[in-house]
Amino acid sequence: MSLWSTVSPVPLAWHQLAEQRVRFAVAVLGVTFAVVLVLMQLGFRNALYASAVRLHEHLAGDVVLISPKYSYLGVSAPFSHRRLQQVRSHPAVSGVAPIWFDVAPWKNPDTGMARNLLVIAVDPVDAPLHLEGLAERLGRTRVSDTLLFDSASRSEFGVSPAVLRSGRRLTTELGARRVFVDGSYVLGTSFAVDGSAITGPSTFLRLFPNRREGLIDIGLVRLRPGADEDAVRAELAAELPKDVEVLTRAGFIAREQTYWAANTPIGYVFAFGMVMGLVVGGVIVYLVLFVNVAEHLPQFATLKAIGFTDGALFGVVAQQALILAAAGFTVGVLLCHGLYAVSANATQLPMELTVETGALVFMLALLMCCTSGAAALLKVRAADPAEVFA
Amino acid sequence: MIEIERVNHYYGPSSMRRQVLFDVSATVAGGEIVLLTGPSGSGKSTLLSLIGALRSAQQGSLRVLGEELCGASADTLIRVRRQVGYIFQKHNLFDCLTALQNVELCLGLHGAQRSTARRRATEVLDAVGLAAYLDRYPYQLSGGQQQRVAIARALAPRPRLILADEPTAALDSVSGGEVAERIRELAKQEGCAAVVVTHDQRILRIADRILDMEDGRLQASEVRRLAA
Repeated sequence: MSLWSTVSPVPLAWHQLAEQRVRFAVAVLGVTFAVVLVLMQLGFRNALYASAVRLHEHLAGDVVLISPKYSYLGVSAPFSHRRLQQVRSHPAVSGVAPIWFDVAPWKNPDTGMARNLLVIAVDPVDAPLHLEGLAERLGRTRVSDTLLFDSASRSEFGVSPAVLRSGRRLTTELGARRVFVDGSYVLGTSFAVDGSAITGPSTFLRLFPNRREGLIDIGLVRLRPGADEDAVRAELAAELPKDVEVLTRAGFIAREQTYWAANTPIGYVFAFGMVMGLVVGGVIVYLVLFVNVAEHLPQFATLKAIGFTDGALFGVVAQQALILAAAGFTVGVLLCHGLYAVSANATQLPMELTVETGALVFMLALLMCCTSGAAALLKVRAADPAEVFA
Repeated sequence: MIEIERVNHYYGPSSMRRQVLFDVSATVAGGEIVLLTGPSGSGKSTLLSLIGALRSAQQGSLRVLGEELCGASADTLIRVRRQVGYIFQKHNLFDCLTALQNVELCLGLHGAQRSTARRRATEVLDAVGLAAYLDRYPYQLSGGQQQRVAIARALAPRPRLILADEPTAALDSVSGGEVAERIRELAKQEGCAAVVVTHDQRILRIADRILDMEDGRLQASEVRRLAA
């Protein structure tokens, strides 16, 4: 028997909730609390995963070669540049571009404190990264020991955006060499990377004397328009020896995120926070629904006496759970809208409230409220219709 | 309408079983108003809850509205309950719903459309003299008015049988008499039978017949037909 046909024409569920305004507000707040907590946890987690692939997202190419030993952006795992040259012969390939990267201590020009900086090297005439303003400034890196600096790097590097904007040349030490900053670009930080700089291959090899020429870190492959990147990736992977791994850009992004998900406690930490939020919210909703049922037990027993089935009464509590979930979710999402902006500002993380996250959290809120409702319903079963005649 | 034959009923687990009804037999015909009286603990309410399909009968035969309730399934019990109008000592109205909504809620159970339910609920509340109180909440009504809402709720789905348990116990003599009169009037008007458990001497006059219970046994039934 359908819920609405039995309980209509009077929305008992709603009237019963609205009767106790304070209790209703507490229940909605309970759901809101859980929704905010879960949304923030998911937001931070997604932002951390998203930040790990900022560079990957900006790669100007469709297929990527890396070493099978590549773990994450920040630990160099070089492979032979010749593998990238081999790829050129494939008819769908329009061009290739090598990328080098490594990490060296950067000396804060004001405090002298050293901090690890990711140094990326690309061909000065052929930028393999879509970053605003990079193409026209990249030529400056032909000058020895000249770098472009990521203006979204952490402030501890002592390179303020104001100085970068002023166009003043900034001098400090990177590794064992004296370097000059002559311009900037915007990339941003991640778990592994506090800041980055871009230079040309010759400066890179001078900065890292133990790096051998002819060994690169990422090989970017550009395809002709209309080429199927999955098919080309498979063909290249079949042609090339097993000392390189061939990925599509999306596959490279997935590989990087999988590394962080599988090799760090990030996933666990955030899942734990989410579960705690859901448990606390669920308990609050349970208490409210339970008290609602317990207080109206004689009325529920009366309804049973006049022929309402347990199912119809379950329907009433289920509707209450639904109302609480919807109300708490709405308030929670509105709150998070502001909190995301504040958090993004404070952490420099790319916090984004997506429809997918929202849908997931709504399902979780619904699940939480229904579970609590189901628990409260055990009490409805206890409403003995015969007791009203006692 | 109701045929009770040699019904026994027990409470408690087998080791501490206590018999509350002994060999009860009686019949109630359609349209008849029967009062069930007797001291408290005599088994009146138990008998009423058995007739009303609120408990399953254990021994004997109990036919209500054509259904055998002895050993009946939960579905059968619910089916019978839906054809019975109940009036309780405590009205058990929802405080969060108005008088009209309380009656409508009950009609909704019987699958009535919103507009039909509203019309019928208004009509029945009018019949119990509450036309001016449709949108009042139960706590805004007097005890007698609350009980009249409960009567309207019981009668709205046009039951073939009304069961009432001490419907006037919580009321003063004036509103008690009025409530009893309403039950009689509406039962006669709708042509349904009524079984009313009561201690209240003041309402005996509404009865077609009075059954006396003592210690779980039905005494030789005393017939006091009233001049209509």
